[in-house]
Amino acid sequence: MSDIGFVRTEMLPEKDPPASEVGVIGWVRHNLFSSWLNAILTVLSIGAIYYVLSGVLPWIFQSVWNADSLSECREIMKGTWESTHGHACWGVIRERWLQLLFGFYPNHLYWRPILALVLLLAALSPILFSDKVSSKMLILTTAYPFIMPFLMWGGTIWGPVCAALGFVIGFLIIKHAAAAIGELWAMIAGVVAALIWWFILAGPVAGALSSVLPIGIEAVQSRQFGGFMLAIMLGVVAIGVSLPIGIVLALGRQSDLIIVKYICVGFIEFIRGVPLITLLFVASLLLNIFLPPGTNFDIILRVMIMMTLFSAAYMAEVIRGGLAALPRGQYEGADSLGLNYWQAQRLIIMPQALKISIPGIVSTFIGIFKDTTLVSIIGLFDVIGLASAIRADTAWNGIYWELFAFIAVLFFVVCFSMSRYSMYLERKLKTDHR
Amino acid sequence: MSTLTDPPKEQFRLSMLLYDTRYRSATIQVIAMFGFMLLAAWLINNTIINLNTLGKPVAFKFLGETAGYDINQRLLDYNNQDSHLRAAFLGLLNTLVIAFLGCIAATVIGVLVGVLRLSSNWLVARLMTIYVEMFRNVPVLLWIVLIFAIVTEATPHPKVYRGVETGAMVVTNRGTYIPEPLFSRSLGDIHLFGSSPLRFDVSLDLIAILVVLGLSIFASIKMRQRADHIQETTGDRPKTWHMRTAVIVLPILVLLIALGFHLGYPELKGFNFQGGTHLRNSLIALWLALSLYTAAFIAEIVRAGILAISKGQTEAASALGLRPNRTMSLVILPQALRVIIPPLISNYLNLTKNSSLAIAVGYMDITGTLGGITMNQTGRELECVLMLMLVYLGISLTISAIMNWYNEAVKLKER
Repeated sequence: MSDIGFVRTEMLPEKDPPASEVGVIGWVRHNLFSSWLNAILTVLSIGAIYYVLSGVLPWIFQSVWNADSLSECREIMKGTWESTHGHACWGVIRERWLQLLFGFYPNHLYWRPILALVLLLAALSPILFSDKVSSKMLILTTAYPFIMPFLMWGGTIWGPVCAALGFVIGFLIIKHAAAAIGELWAMIAGVVAALIWWFILAGPVAGALSSVLPIGIEAVQSRQFGGFMLAIMLGVVAIGVSLPIGIVLALGRQSDLIIVKYICVGFIEFIRGVPLITLLFVASLLLNIFLPPGTNFDIILRVMIMMTLFSAAYMAEVIRGGLAALPRGQYEGADSLGLNYWQAQRLIIMPQALKISIPGIVSTFIGIFKDTTLVSIIGLFDVIGLASAIRADTAWNGIYWELFAFIAVLFFVVCFSMSRYSMYLERKLKTDHR
Repeated sequence: MSTLTDPPKEQFRLSMLLYDTRYRSATIQVIAMFGFMLLAAWLINNTIINLNTLGKPVAFKFLGETAGYDINQRLLDYNNQDSHLRAAFLGLLNTLVIAFLGCIAATVIGVLVGVLRLSSNWLVARLMTIYVEMFRNVPVLLWIVLIFAIVTEATPHPKVYRGVETGAMVVTNRGTYIPEPLFSRSLGDIHLFGSSPLRFDVSLDLIAILVVLGLSIFASIKMRQRADHIQETTGDRPKTWHMRTAVIVLPILVLLIALGFHLGYPELKGFNFQGGTHLRNSLIALWLALSLYTAAFIAEIVRAGILAISKGQTEAASALGLRPNRTMSLVILPQALRVIIPPLISNYLNLTKNSSLAIAVGYMDITGTLGGITMNQTGRELECVLMLMLVYLGISLTISAIMNWYNEAVKLKER
């Protein structure tokens, strides 16, 4: 029947894949030398990496730490390596790193910014890692806006306490009067009472209390603030305050109330249309002109206000993108459940819209934090302003790589960790199953 | 059987303004309007009182006064006897120059890096990631100041070139010199706006070149359309590339020869280089820093745009029998561009606004002239900052108008 000479009846054992396709060799072939173009690119890249590392590594590690001026640095270099090029002079960082971090903040009070930073991380932890940290920590988060100015500026404790009391008064009135006069009137009464307290009563009360009970710590002037501390402070305030303002602006821009809408659109487009530096000019030169005669408040506070407004406009656009990306059905679903506007926003719309806009929000945060360096142009001594001052010093005239590398690393660490955190948050909040 | 009666006619009560949703929105709007106007009136009133106390009510007369300072990098003629308005105008041109140069360089670098970041070559993709993260996470002001420090401190002094044969481009610590285009049979300039502060010289040579170039490109497009038409009717596509290249290259070549085009090279005379176009260090530093910084953002946009096109599109295109380059130009790019262009333009806008950091390195853009020296000399902070903001607003609104127009044009036409 059949003239088939040979039929294999058992399976052959599996062979190993060819050595060129697996392991290190296979990986290299696939990822580095898969085509001629790739091979050329790889060789070029290796050349570039070698060139950069051969310059940078000796520069970093064969360097001078113990020198008090650039000329001394160069002498030591000449003595050790017979050339002044290709070696870093870290002496400038060793001598000035405290100043670069804290500006002219008094030396013996460094514990206060450090404590403020530690408390900041603690206050942020229940928000950033809500699944790992107890929500009791939120008490600290609420109190932080009052602790931070007290620690940074010092002075009497009664100022921040009275400012906080305004919120307490307003909250108590809203909570307890709601049953008697209705929610809306309670809200109005609470806001009015708080405003009266802040603008009329708080000042004299704080004054009286501090003369009776002078509790306080050493006061620090705003012009002593500086360095990286200033960047963190401006960044934290601008970011923290601009998020709620941005949400309100975004809602205003999406709202059906035509006047409210156009006020919001006008504000957002104006702020986004001008560079931050012009707003900082407003802060340093014009804000006092806009306020009642005789008003003169702190430059740092003025810069904070303008930076907050600036970042709020950008935040509003990011959140508006999130609102626009929500399907229409979500709004209709909320309506059909009988929720009113604020309930719908709070329970249905905002949680989803904010989740969608997390990458945008974080990149706005990063942008704002980087933009804090612009204050050096209006004469505040942030890191870049201090770097220029150090470079103008006769001892360090002509140094730049070391200073700027140090500053770049500071910013890189903070910004890079922010962007990594945003990726973590996106993964964590991803509830759709794709 | 009960009869239907009309519901009782509702009386309007004052409380309905608050509790009735029909009226509440009107109430809120009126209150908002009132509050807004009150705030504005309060601010303006304060401003007027304060300015009167300071003795400098709002006036723009200072714009006509003599500026008295020099602008070292400029496009048009200017001397320190010209008015503040002229200085501001030159500053505005400088802003536009840096924005234009920066946008081009940033796009080229950004597209290259974005594509290379998607490369299958592991090493190249990693290197590009490092580039992007390095530039995105460090303030642009730091890059500007750092690159300025490098170009001023690490480049040679002009005297180093004494007795040395210099090439077309010379890099010194006083700036970079590049060859300048010269015309030996020039058509001359036309002078616009007489001797007003906005006077403007336009080279007729440049206009002639642009006109010829425009006509050539128009002819080339016509040829392509004719080829398309022939292809649609007969199925055969005539070869047009040699004709199309010729129609672009030949006329411009003839025109350049007719105008006597040649390059002027920089030469060391005395202590400095003469001839050639002098790009100051501030311009170079600002240009490099802004383009490298913005390119990192553009790279991410390009990458996201390419990744946004699903693989199915490529596969469908090859199933239709399109060759890879046709797939790219007919299927992938039109869709990717719709994702890429809007954020790309908003990055151009950011670059333009960031160019105001020129003031940190002394490049005389509009912030350096109007918002810098003019403001400090005249003490007219309100007027200067206001004008500065209006200029930037104008630029921004123009760019966003273009963007909206584009978005409308490429929007997915849905039923």
